[in-house]
Amino acid sequence: MRGMLGSISRRISAGLLAVGLVAGGPALAQEDTIKVGILHSLSGTMAISETTLKDVMLMLIEEQNKKGGVLGKKLEPVVVDPASDWPLFAEKARELISVDDVAAVFGCWTSVSRKSVLPVFEELNSLLFYPVQYEGEESQRNVFYTGAAPNQQAIPAVDYLMNEDGVERWVLAGTDYVYPRTTNKILEAYLKSKGVADEDIMINYTPFGHSDWQTIVSDIKAFGAAGKRTAVVSTINGDANVPFYKELANQGVKAEDIPVVAFSVGEEELAGLDAAPLVGHLAAWNYFQSVETPENAEFIEAWKTFIEDDNRVTNDPMEAHYIGFNMWVEAVEKAGTTDPDAVIDAIVGVSVPNLTGGTSTMMPNHHITKPVLIGEIQEDGQFETVWETSGLVVGDEWSDYLPDSKDLIADWRAPMSCGNFNVATGKCGGKGVN
Amino acid sequence: MTFLRVLAMILTAFCAAAVSPAQADDAALRGIIAKFAETGNYSQTRAIVAELAASGDPAVAGVLNALADGDVHVRTSDNQVFITKDAGKITRVFDPLTGEALGEEPKNLFEKVKVNNSLRRAVRDALSSLTLGSADPAKRLQAARTMFASPDAASIEALDAAIGKERDAGVKAALEAARAASVLISDLPDDEKRGAVERLGARADRETLSLLKAFAERSKGDLKAAAERAVSSIESGLAFWAAAQNVWYGVSLGSVLLLAAIGLAITFGVMGVINMAHGEMVMIGAYTTFLVQEVIRGTAPWLFDWSLAIALPLAFLAAGAVGLAIERGIIRFLYGRPLETLLATWGVSLVLQQTVRTIFGPTNREVGNPSWMSGSFQLGELAITWNRLWIVVFALAVFAALLYIFNRTAWGLQMRAVTANRRMAASMGIRTPWVDAFTFALGSGIAGIAGVALSQIDNVSPNLGQGYIIDSFMVVVFGGVGNLWGTLVGAFSLGILNKFLEPYAGAVLGKILVLVVIILFIQKRPRGLFALKGRAVEA
Repeated sequence: MRGMLGSISRRISAGLLAVGLVAGGPALAQEDTIKVGILHSLSGTMAISETTLKDVMLMLIEEQNKKGGVLGKKLEPVVVDPASDWPLFAEKARELISVDDVAAVFGCWTSVSRKSVLPVFEELNSLLFYPVQYEGEESQRNVFYTGAAPNQQAIPAVDYLMNEDGVERWVLAGTDYVYPRTTNKILEAYLKSKGVADEDIMINYTPFGHSDWQTIVSDIKAFGAAGKRTAVVSTINGDANVPFYKELANQGVKAEDIPVVAFSVGEEELAGLDAAPLVGHLAAWNYFQSVETPENAEFIEAWKTFIEDDNRVTNDPMEAHYIGFNMWVEAVEKAGTTDPDAVIDAIVGVSVPNLTGGTSTMMPNHHITKPVLIGEIQEDGQFETVWETSGLVVGDEWSDYLPDSKDLIADWRAPMSCGNFNVATGKCGGKGVN
Repeated sequence: MTFLRVLAMILTAFCAAAVSPAQADDAALRGIIAKFAETGNYSQTRAIVAELAASGDPAVAGVLNALADGDVHVRTSDNQVFITKDAGKITRVFDPLTGEALGEEPKNLFEKVKVNNSLRRAVRDALSSLTLGSADPAKRLQAARTMFASPDAASIEALDAAIGKERDAGVKAALEAARAASVLISDLPDDEKRGAVERLGARADRETLSLLKAFAERSKGDLKAAAERAVSSIESGLAFWAAAQNVWYGVSLGSVLLLAAIGLAITFGVMGVINMAHGEMVMIGAYTTFLVQEVIRGTAPWLFDWSLAIALPLAFLAAGAVGLAIERGIIRFLYGRPLETLLATWGVSLVLQQTVRTIFGPTNREVGNPSWMSGSFQLGELAITWNRLWIVVFALAVFAALLYIFNRTAWGLQMRAVTANRRMAASMGIRTPWVDAFTFALGSGIAGIAGVALSQIDNVSPNLGQGYIIDSFMVVVFGGVGNLWGTLVGAFSLGILNKFLEPYAGAVLGKILVLVVIILFIQKRPRGLFALKGRAVEA
């Protein structure tokens, strides 16, 4: 008990100290290094996905330092472990910004962790680069969304199944939390706008880490036996995917009959299971390790060397960090300072190469342009691209298919500088943040 | 009707003769196959598949199968099409038509002919008409099922011919069902269709149901009535199977709960130690399975089907040893102080999780299913997966073994004696500290072998144990602390209750409802289903 009290009082004094230092003046900013915060869970349930992102950030920073750093200064990574604990994310973000005085933070995975740190970044005016595909319906001045918005992943995937595969009946299966619920709401509205009837949509939610999929898979089988082409759109997250796919394979649901298109299953998740029975199931991302471009080959090579393991794979959020980090570096060079306000102004319009052979640009809504790729799972756990958008897609933060967000846009350039501008009323404000 | 059928047979025979394998000559087929080198997109590839299928020559089945498997490659140097098989850095090359081996070449010389799901489906449909006359009954059955799933009025003649030749009763029934499905969408006269409806009414699966429903909608008069009768009889059959399915899924979930909880039934139930690190013992068992499979993959791949049998004793020993260390190192100092035990074992669980995370990494580890635990078999309308069936059997076997140890061995007697009255047992010469230690080790070891089974259906990750700890406590408390039979009955009743609620309430609400039921039940009977009576309770 004494230990706990001790640590609390230590924490309080550290906080006070930090406040004092910040109030003490800008002298602290004059250092030889620029600190970069890394806010990814290294323990707890999300460690499975987030540890890799911490490693890729360390690699990117190391490479940048070899190139001479930024503004003539070396970059110094500051790694903290928010331990998959959402309130702790906010606490650790505060620590990074006010104690460690980092210039920018790269981090978060789940939407709930992002929502938890938003007020901190706003209050302390710092920068967060968020690398994971998410549900949209948000645009914040201090946050840069380098993962996909729903129109850069979910909607093209549904289009592909509808047009190329003739799917008429839809199962929207997801884990029970904000990302799947919002995405499915958008998808349901989108499908209905395309003339899909109510009885041809089945929506199903399961708890985190659900492992007994027998009932749901047999329900899907029954739903798919109605004589119409059926597909499953899966926003099932994390660990629950492995038993889900195992059950599908065991109950004999083949991709030719009922394909599953997933938004949260990438190379990293497939590394944990025998992919042979999954061949043909789909995933929609903005990057696959199998994409053949010189940039990607170089990135994979660098990653395998850095992590000292030839079997490690690369995935979409890693590419998002790659893009986000390079954008930040370029914006800082352009602004000539790491001051958040200057970087926020400088970064809009910055273009950097992505790993799929194009150039991604930071848009005024703090989302980026990305290609959308649909891939089929191969036996070796990699994806083969079966379809891709002809050009890059601009991330759309406020969905056009939800009634209360279709009039909203975000533009963080002066003079609008608003995350939820209502084009119908001509006013800033409405749903969401601010 | 017979006349028509004879006519149809004659027609089929005629058609078959017109495009007989002998006549579709090799060069023409090779010409079509060579087009794979030029294909630029899926619809072009599909056209080639259709052309190959139209040749009616079973010789093209090989190349079509290879195409669906992604094994058709084009040699970039000369645009020749081959079937290839990966063999490490090199690739084995086969002739696309004869399947004759042509040697080995470097992999990077070849480019794959891309396939996607709709192409695979096109290949499967094309193959079904080609393999209808195959010598292998399994292939014929597969073909008949494919044709049933995608009925086509044009295939009735071919089906009639196949039915006439068929000797295997199972395949014949499947062929007749496929024919009946095709008849429903054809222009044949009404009494043909009536026969088809009767034929399909004898089946009881969802595919037939949707076929008949669609047919009932578009037909009129007594045909419609016949179809509706068939629909309602199938529906009542399906309702029975749906209930059977819920019971089975419940038993299966119950067996998982039983496996997870049975170790806890010893450490918590019998010894009274609130062991929060129980889930981590399960995890250790699962990681032992992973290690065993790694070694087998590296040194003796032919042993893979035995990997679980090898892992069982090792997992028991590994988890048991860790359990022993925990008991000797921590828990024995905390007997009689439940709150401190709870906190200490919770700390141990975090330490174990992070240790495993440090050693094996935070990502999931792949534990393969041996062949005898993959796939499923059909029991009526119930798809029973082998892995679940074996886990039910295994859980019951573990339970029986444990019951034997408890009730029929000297060690079991000592365990029960120490639990019932420690001081009396000690004065009878039983070394109670060692009985404690080994009882705890036994509970942990059992959790370890549960981990071997659970590695087959769940993720092997450092978090594996956390998912089971709550459920395990729930089962033990519900069943009655200190009673093995209570754990058995508790596990199965919770499993079945959960599975009956799930279809109506959904997985999330179902789980909540089960918790509410348990809380209410515990209010009524605080000691669980099978309350232990006697002095031990008061002690």
